[in-house]
Amino acid sequence: MTSRRIQVGDPLPAFSCSPITRTTLALFAGASGDTNPIHIDLDVARSAGLDDVFAHGMLSMAYLGRLLTSWVPQDRIISYAVRFIAITPVHAAPTCTGVVSAVNDGVATVDLTVSLPDGTVTLTGRADIHSD
Amino acid sequence: MIDVDKALSLELAPLTFEVERGRLRAFARSIGETDPVYLDVRAAQAAGHPDLVVPPTFFFSMSMESDAPFAYLESLGVDMRFVLHGEQSFEYQRLAYAGDALVLHDRIIDVQVKRGGAMELVVKQTRVHRGEVLVATATGVIVVQHRQAAA
Repeated sequence: MTSRRIQVGDPLPAFSCSPITRTTLALFAGASGDTNPIHIDLDVARSAGLDDVFAHGMLSMAYLGRLLTSWVPQDRIISYAVRFIAITPVHAAPTCTGVVSAVNDGVATVDLTVSLPDGTVTLTGRADIHSD
Repeated sequence: MIDVDKALSLELAPLTFEVERGRLRAFARSIGETDPVYLDVRAAQAAGHPDLVVPPTFFFSMSMESDAPFAYLESLGVDMRFVLHGEQSFEYQRLAYAGDALVLHDRIIDVQVKRGGAMELVVKQTRVHRGEVLVATATGVIVVQHRQAAA
């Protein structure tokens, strides 16, 4: 949680997640309600021409949401938007980072990224936060 | 190809979502969340909340709660195996909590054809109310890939 005024260039407290297992995906499917079998059923993934299942995009968005709420209380988040850039394979360990890119009229804009250890950016995002 | 007029005029029934503590805890655990305002009612109350806090992206999950959350796409002839989530955004007016009965209104607000028909983008907006009060708006872009057209 921040204890001083938010300034451009401030980093958010980045973290890396544990590798995403098939169990992670099964539990997230049930808890999130996104039961699209492409994420949990290898047979369905193969029928679509894929080698394996892949993680829900919303799982990575939820990880980035943790980055935001570990930094400011949730009621200071005005908006939060992401673009899903690349698929997150099973066993990948995403890293969540963010940096303040602008502060105007009491609103801080944060640029957000989820990346994999090989450098692949899987998700980019932006959030507007009440800065005080 | 998606019939755009049909998509934009689809009547999507409102959905009532009752926010349950157990479901919020399961969601929090599944995303590795350890902040007690999402897990422990007493900690949430000590932080000034009436109950467990609905986390930022859980509003998307509420839309998945209908009996057939992808029926609107299937009714447009979309093969769910070739669907990707392209973008997602939320605008927040208020926090929501365990115990809330929230009402969701979905509608398709745009359909765009990309890459000469190789893919289509379906934009769906969900407005989440508690009584008369708007709590949050969720907007998702679904990418429908047409493999044959892309070849």
